[in-house]
Amino acid sequence: MFAFAIKRILQAVIVMLIISFIGFAIKHNFGDPVRDLVGQRVTPAERAEIRQKLGLNDPFMIQYVRFLGAAVQGDLGQSYFFKRPASEVIIKKAPATLELVFCASLIIVLLSVPLGIYAAIRPKTLFSRFIMSGSIVGVSMPVFLTAILLIYIFSVELKWLPSFGRGETVLLFGWWDTGLLTVDGLLHLIMPSIALSSIMLPLFIRLIRSEMMEVLESEYVKYAWAKGLKPRRVWWVHAFKNTLLPVITVGGVQLGIMVAFTILTETVFQWQGMGSMFIESVERSDTSLMVAYLVFVGFVFVLVNTAVDIIYGLVNPTVRVAGRK
Amino acid sequence: MKLLPKKSASTFSLFIVATALCAMLLAGCGNDQPKEQAQQAAPEAPAAPQKVTLKLAIDADPVSLDPHVQLSGGMLQLSHMVFDPLVRYDSKDMHFVPRLAERWERIDDLTMRFFLRKGVKFHSGNEFTAEDVAFTLERLKKSEDYKGLFEPFVSANIVDPYTIDLITAKPYGLVLNMATYIFPMDKQFYTGTDDKGLEKDRIVKTDYSFANENESGTGPFAVTSREQGVRTVFTRFADYWDKSGNVDEIILTPIKNDATRVAALLSGDVDFILPVPPQDLDRIGNTQGLKLITMSGTRIITMQLNGERNPALKDPKVRLAMDYAYDNHGVVEKIMNNFATAAGQMSPDGYMGHNPELTPRFDMEKAQALMAESSFPNGFEATMIAPNNRYVNDAKIAEAFVSMMSRLNIKISLKTMPKAQYWDEFDAQVADIQMIGWHADTEDSGNFYEFLSMCRNAETGYGQYNSGNYCNPRVDELTLAAQTETDLDKRAAMLQEVEKIQYDEAGYIPLHWQNLSWASKSNMNTEEIVNVMDFPYFGDLIVE
Repeated sequence: MFAFAIKRILQAVIVMLIISFIGFAIKHNFGDPVRDLVGQRVTPAERAEIRQKLGLNDPFMIQYVRFLGAAVQGDLGQSYFFKRPASEVIIKKAPATLELVFCASLIIVLLSVPLGIYAAIRPKTLFSRFIMSGSIVGVSMPVFLTAILLIYIFSVELKWLPSFGRGETVLLFGWWDTGLLTVDGLLHLIMPSIALSSIMLPLFIRLIRSEMMEVLESEYVKYAWAKGLKPRRVWWVHAFKNTLLPVITVGGVQLGIMVAFTILTETVFQWQGMGSMFIESVERSDTSLMVAYLVFVGFVFVLVNTAVDIIYGLVNPTVRVAGRK
Repeated sequence: MKLLPKKSASTFSLFIVATALCAMLLAGCGNDQPKEQAQQAAPEAPAAPQKVTLKLAIDADPVSLDPHVQLSGGMLQLSHMVFDPLVRYDSKDMHFVPRLAERWERIDDLTMRFFLRKGVKFHSGNEFTAEDVAFTLERLKKSEDYKGLFEPFVSANIVDPYTIDLITAKPYGLVLNMATYIFPMDKQFYTGTDDKGLEKDRIVKTDYSFANENESGTGPFAVTSREQGVRTVFTRFADYWDKSGNVDEIILTPIKNDATRVAALLSGDVDFILPVPPQDLDRIGNTQGLKLITMSGTRIITMQLNGERNPALKDPKVRLAMDYAYDNHGVVEKIMNNFATAAGQMSPDGYMGHNPELTPRFDMEKAQALMAESSFPNGFEATMIAPNNRYVNDAKIAEAFVSMMSRLNIKISLKTMPKAQYWDEFDAQVADIQMIGWHADTEDSGNFYEFLSMCRNAETGYGQYNSGNYCNPRVDELTLAAQTETDLDKRAAMLQEVEKIQYDEAGYIPLHWQNLSWASKSNMNTEEIVNVMDFPYFGDLIVE
């Protein structure tokens, strides 16, 4: 087990090195950040001087090694626009994104499980057909379109919900700006969470439905029916429990995709999280914040995946055997 | 026995309903009474005036609180709220009106004397004097972005606490234009070291500095809270000398996404937005309770033709033919949704060099005739680059240009790219035809020629953005002479002559000036506070 964990951690380090290298290569070829820092009148000579000061004139490998050295100590560079350390900026923006992802996941879990099960148990009813055709629309509609539609219906026409931003937030533990504790903050959360969940929700309904239908066909469920168990017990305990495993595995992967979709959602709702921060860093050529975000997100993913793998290994020894080959 | 609980329950609920009714009636009476009292009391002692809050959404957040850290539209918008210039442009036309300087007079060719307003206070409580103006000028000359603009100035001589002389090395006609950039900073507040042991007046672009996070200006609003990129709150400065506006608080939120910014206004979440995206102009204009204001702007969009890279573009007839083949009005109408002004020259109306005779020319027959007469009657091939996220519809305009030139048998291969990559390519002159937009930061025609049309000179920096390598000694001569001409009529004649020369030679192809737009709720005097420079004077805003 120990060897397996070490191996897994080593792999994670290599993956991080690759991510940082790619991120840094993008930064290096992205264009001149100094152009966005100065007015049109600043001469090429002065711009060159600023680039020199920022260390942008050094060869790629020197800059990369310098970046790595600092990154190991937790310093991901300086955001040009925010004028403070990039890691500080990212951590400040993280709660907004996490709250959004959390609320969207909540919507997905609370809706996809009952709807998916219902559509599997009663596949021929009108409601099931409605769910299934509705989910096709949901999957094929881009997030930003859903978001804009929501804003136009509920903010512009009905004036029920606020159109942008996070509303009133409360500071927790001195660093967590949360919108979950105020009415205004919760109202602001509704539309972005729905928009963000709009892609994943139909996907999960379909996934749960198909997995569930498969399980319902299996021998042990038939045996359970034959034993004369009550339908509820067969569905929930025998069938649904076994549906969950693949759903959770897929869910873990999809969580990452969700973080990517926050970029679109946050931009439309002017949601002050990491996603809109990333887009803004691209537009402002704030290249060091850009690369810091890529490395940070990569790090979180690698961390989560490594932890999951190690836990899997603990729980299910066959994984370890597979890992050993 | 069985019925009893039910009965008692029903009597109990009846009792509750009755009590509730009584309570409501009582409350109703109670409510009425104070209302009447209030009505009676109103004429004698009017209730305290309600606080007027303006919720403002702009497409980008100002990068800093230090006005000297960057010369950009966003920073100037902030400066007009928090600081206040010596003089500023009138919002109707481009005349100078007094602000912190009450009046001014030319002492001699090199000296302009400014008489400062008395009794003006900084947000810190310090008194505003000539010392602060001198301090600010010194700092401007240190700023990377501003030192080019303030190079002509040698010094600021303090005559007395309320009189100051600005002295230039050579006679200079744009002293007042430059005075619009002098937003006096609080010398006492910005001198010394902060708690990190750093000089308070350092100008820092990418890191912490005292001035990036603290402010003390004399402007109508003081910054009371700021979370960069999220929200900035400005509070009316009680001691502000000019009492024309009535807004007590401004909450500025940057909203980058065009559709969201418009939706925020339509839903009433914000009161004022800038800019309005061209596709939503009609919608806002047709919405009751909203006000849309647009005007022709001063940013010129042009195509530069590089005759040194492509010999065909050196042929004067080819250049003229291309200018005749470009349909300025057509592009403005179809691609810009009429949200631009077709241009035949660089200087917009209102600039000194604006020459009213030089209108856009579009005549395909004439273009084809000129082309036939040129040394390339059968056309030629050329390359072209344009940005795709810098100017309004830039890539679409470039495509239209390509298709119009194809009617002269000029085959252009076009490459568009984001601005982050564009400017390096532009500087390297990688293509025969390059697009550039330009706003004169001096609000003066001379600036266009210095950067876009003078012969390229690496030492002096003239022609720095002239990627077409257009070069006419007469243009250089006139532009330089205009710099030291203080007789404004003579100066205007010189600048207009430059426009004429460029027009006749087709030194470049002018496309259009981008328009400006603002939208707000209709209970404000929005049209009186906006201007062609796009720094709304929020201090003068009146909300009814």
